[in-house]
Formats: sequence, structure tokens, C-alpha cells
Amino acid sequence: MSSDANGAAVDRMPGVEPVPGSAKPDPILKASGVRRSFGGLTAVNVERLEVQRGTITALIGPNGAGKSTLFNLLTGFDRVDAGEWSFQGRSLNRLSGHKVARAGMVRTFQLTKALTRLTVMDNMLLAAPDQFGEGMLGAFARPVWQRHERLNRTRAEELLDRFKLLAKKDDIAGSLSGGQRKLLEMARALMVNPSMIMLDEPMAGVNPALVQSLLGHITALRDDGVTVLFVEHDMDVIMGISDWIVVLAQGQVIAEGRPADIRANKQVVDAYLGAQHDESGGEPGAETDTGESR
Amino acid sequence: MDFAYILTAGITTAIGPIAAIYALAAIGLNLHFGYTGLLNFGQVGFMLVGAYGLGISVNTFGLPMWAGFLVAVACAVVLALLLGIPTLRLRADYLSICTIAVAEVARLLYRAEFARDLTGGVYGLQGFADGFYDMNPIPRGSYGFGDITFSARDVWLMLFAWGLVAVACLVMWLLVHSPWGRVIKGIREDEDAVRSLGKNVFVYKMQSLVLGGVFGALAGVVIAINQQTIHPDQFMPQVTFYLWAMLLLGGAGRTLGPVIGSVVLWFLLTVVDELLRGLIQVGALPFLQSSDAGALRHAVVGLVLLLLIVFRPQGLIGDRKEMLVNVK
Ligand SMILES: Nc1ncnc2c1ncn2[C@@H]1O[C@H](COP(=O)(O)OP(=O)(O)O)[C@@H](O)[C@H]1O
Ligand SMILES: [Mg+2]
Repeated sequence: MSSDANGAAVDRMPGVEPVPGSAKPDPILKASGVRRSFGGLTAVNVERLEVQRGTITALIGPNGAGKSTLFNLLTGFDRVDAGEWSFQGRSLNRLSGHKVARAGMVRTFQLTKALTRLTVMDNMLLAAPDQFGEGMLGAFARPVWQRHERLNRTRAEELLDRFKLLAKKDDIAGSLSGGQRKLLEMARALMVNPSMIMLDEPMAGVNPALVQSLLGHITALRDDGVTVLFVEHDMDVIMGISDWIVVLAQGQVIAEGRPADIRANKQVVDAYLGAQHDESGGEPGAETDTGESR
Repeated sequence: MDFAYILTAGITTAIGPIAAIYALAAIGLNLHFGYTGLLNFGQVGFMLVGAYGLGISVNTFGLPMWAGFLVAVACAVVLALLLGIPTLRLRADYLSICTIAVAEVARLLYRAEFARDLTGGVYGLQGFADGFYDMNPIPRGSYGFGDITFSARDVWLMLFAWGLVAVACLVMWLLVHSPWGRVIKGIREDEDAVRSLGKNVFVYKMQSLVLGGVFGALAGVVIAINQQTIHPDQFMPQVTFYLWAMLLLGGAGRTLGPVIGSVVLWFLLTVVDELLRGLIQVGALPFLQSSDAGALRHAVVGLVLLLLIVFRPQGLIGDRKEMLVNVK
């Protein structure tokens, strides 16, 4: 894939050491000692992790490495056993999921959560942060909330247009394909106006023809100043688009670095990339495999 | 058998105060289950605290009627908070288990000996509704069309009860067609998705539980006024299951679903009841006594419901397409 078209040649992480837990010059997210175990299994044990503001950071690792669990912990959808983390200088420990989202860190789910019985447009409008009519009493002030609704609708239409879903805005979300639901979930997350977006396998099940434009959206987000942290399996995608890559294995960060650093990291190549490259030989198989994850 | 009489009896019940009472309580259940996805199996508990809230205020404390109303509503709010605070952060099943248990415990508490000074214990309360009938502006006489007639007292009560149903429907319509309604419909499907978009899911579920409970309490108030006496043992768990039957019959997640469900089910109940009685009287069902009719009608209505749910799972006015969407 096009590693040059999106300008990955620009090094957005100048002078950062490619070692696990390395400090970043301008971190938007800082975590330390984050641990979570399920029974005897330690799913996440991250000593130190910083995410640089305004970059695309990929989180990779084999299945069961703890990537989704780490997302859940950082965004308040699961409780840590130990550890602390801060976002834009503000501690997020023990904050529940909705407060994390309001603080500007919005996530999507590996198993897509499109609200299937609402229309595509209602999915979008639901995510808008400024809506007086979402209060129980505000709901009776129709003229007020209808004005907010108009403003939000304009913004929703722009986003839907960008994600090629505008024609479907009045359909119920349940009528969308798995890939379209992924796109909707991403567009919906953007409706919240996040400063950082965390995407859990955004490409899984998306029509390969759409993957290119999805990548375009992600780089465009970064260029708009949004920080992106995403989980992905396709190595070509990751190498092409990421400014920084964090490798997780058995809950621990085993490597970090620019795409070139990761490619040159023998430990990672042996443990993960080697296997992944074998798999990516059977591309169509991998597609149908991820298709069920919606 | 007098079919005209049977039909008249059915219609009289279907538009009478009892149908309005059940419609009101089922509207609350519709907000809980139809729109928010909360499984409340203890709606009768809200009716109980509503009825007694009025009865105790007027009878025991000598408060005026309107104050009794406010007390009834306040009792429902307290009950909803008691139920919701410990359970609404947990998985959905915890709420349903708690509602069924708390409603039954409330009935036992209200009928207990130690509560007798307040609630009248097993003897219940009476004589608190005079204030309501004293306000009746409708001249004495008989009102109706054909064989369907109501007394001035009934008409006054029906105006009040159906008036409350109309207000409840209007409130519900405004709410579910607002951004607030969009949030609770989102919660009905997947509360994590809604939470990830920055909405405080707990607060929305609590608001829904409280408002639906208040509708239940208002139904209890109308029960108390209608009967002019209340008794703990009329608030048995089966009342809630009747409400569920009405909601599913009419169509959950539709503003008018519970109203239509209540009217239709009361019509069916009465007609089946009268038909059975008639058949037994003419000796067509020799193995039955006429006192069995009451029990049997429930079985027949159960069968009707079963057929409806098999062939029309969305209810009479539900949207089949919406219901059959693959949610996951
Ligand atoms: N709720 C849970 N209960 C028990 N084990 C879990 C739970 N969630 C995740 N795990 C386990 O934690 C490990 C990490 O899972 P996950 O974070 O989903 O991995 P990844 O997203 O990297 O594939 C896996 O071994 C998984 O089985
Ligand atoms: Mg995962």
C-alpha cells in the first residue's frame, strides 16, 4: 500500500527513542503501571505508555495480547487493578466511560456497536455533545432543541458524506453491511468532537475497496489535529499509515518505534510479524475471518 | 345467550375506568421496557404505593385530595430511587429480580400488623375519595348510547382517568420524539455504545424508571378513587403480568400501544367471561360450574395472547420490520 502518499516519510516523532515506554515530547496520553488480570491471567500489564499528540499511533499484537482490554481500561469501560493514566494532563483514574468521552477521548469497539434500530442519522445525532433536548425537561423545549438539531444535522451530513454514508442517512443502521457499520461507528465517534480517537480494528470487515479511503480519513483526522490510536492487524496498512507503533504481547509493551524501527526489530518480527506476514498471504481468507466480528 | 348483552358488557369494560387504570400503568411499563429496555416485573408496587400514598394522606393525616396526589407521586419517586440506585449500574437482570421482590415485599409490609395504624393492615383503607366525588360537576343521571350507560359518578371518574391517560400519552409522545427519547432508545439497544458517546446512561435509566413509576402510582391513585377502598391483597404480582400482556398485545415501543392493549384485553376478558358464563348456563359445558368461568377466562386469554405473539410478535400496532432487525 501507499506508504508515501500519506506522507509517512515525515518523522513526527523526532528524537524519540524507539524503546518500550519511551517518553514523548508532547504526550496527550500518559499511562503507567496499568494492570488488569482476569482470574490468573494477566491480560494487561503496561509499565509505561505515552502517546504523542497529533500523531497516528498503531497498537499491534497477536490475538489475546490485551489490546482491547487496554482500550477498555483507558476509556473507563473496565476497572484497572492498579495503575494510573492521564489525558491532556488530567487524571482519568476511576472516571466512568461517559466522562472519559466528554473529556475528549472517544473509542470505538472491536465488535461494532451500531444502534441498529435507529436510523443512520439518529446514530449520528445521538453522539452530538451539545443538545439541550437531551435533558428530560429540555425535551419539552422543542424550539430550543430543534435549533440545536439543525446545527448538529449539518455537521452529521458533512461527516456522513465523508464516509460515503450520506445516501443511507434515513435507513435504519441495521440495514448496513458490516463494513458500513464500522464506518458509521467511526463517523459517530467523530460527532463527539474528540481530541483523541481510539479505533479498535476499524478496518475489520470493511470492503477492501473502501480501506484506502478509510486510511485517507484517518490521515486527514491527524492533519486536523486529532490524535489517533488504533488497533489493526494488516501490516501493510500499519506500516503505511502510522507515525509510531506500539507492540503489545501478553499484556506488555515489548517494543515501540517508527515503522522502520519495528520492521528492524528482530524480536517483533520473530514473535509477531513473521506469523502475520504468512497469514496475509491468504488475504481473502483473512477478510472473511474478520467479517464475523461485526 | 344474549350476544348483544355480551358485546355491551365488553365495550362497557373496555372504555370504563379499569381499562384506563391499566392503560396508565402500562404506559409506565412501556417507558421502562418499550423505550429504555428496563425489565420491570414489579409495576404493581408503584400502583400500591400510589394508592396508599393517597389513602394514607387523606385518611390518616387528613390532608386534602391534591396533597394526597403529590404524596402518591413522591412515593413512586422514592420507590424508583430505592430500586434503581443499587441495580441500574449492574446487568439488566438485577433490576428485574429486584422489582418483582420489592413489589411483593411492599405488599407484605403494607398489610403487616405493625403497619396497621397507617395502612389499616389486612383491612385496608376506605372513605378517602369523598373529596373527589364532591367535586363532580356532572349533573345526576344516566349517560351513554344504546345499552352502554354510565352514572354521573362513572362519567366523572372516566373523564378524570382517561384524561390522565391522554396527558400521559402526550408526555410520552413529546419525550420519545425528542433527543432525550433518542438517548433512551439507544440505551435500549446497547448502553455501552451510548456511554462511549459521552451520555450518562445511569441517569437516563433512572429518569425512565422514575417517570414510568409515577405513571404506575397515578394508576394506583385512580384505583383508590374508583373503589373508594384499598386493600393490600389486590396488588398481587399477577397485576404486573396483566400489564405486560397488555403492553405486548398493543405493541411495546409505540405511544398508543399500551392504551390499545389495555382496551382490547379488557374487552376480550369480559367477552370471554360472559360467553363462558352463558355457555355454562345453557348446559353446553356440563363439566364446569359457573364459578369456574373467572378462572377459565384467563386460560382463554392466555391462548389468545399466545397466538398473537406467535403470529404478530410486534403487537397490534407495533412495527414488525423494526422488531425483526438483527440487533447484534
Ligand atoms: N471479560 C473478560 N473475562 C475474562 N478474560 C478476558 C476478558 N476480557 C478479555 N479477557 C482475556 O484477556 C486477554 C486479552 O484479551 P483482549 O484484550 O481482547 O485481546 P486483543 O484485543 O489483543 O485480541 C485474552 O486472553 C482474553 O481471553
Ligand atoms: Mg481485540
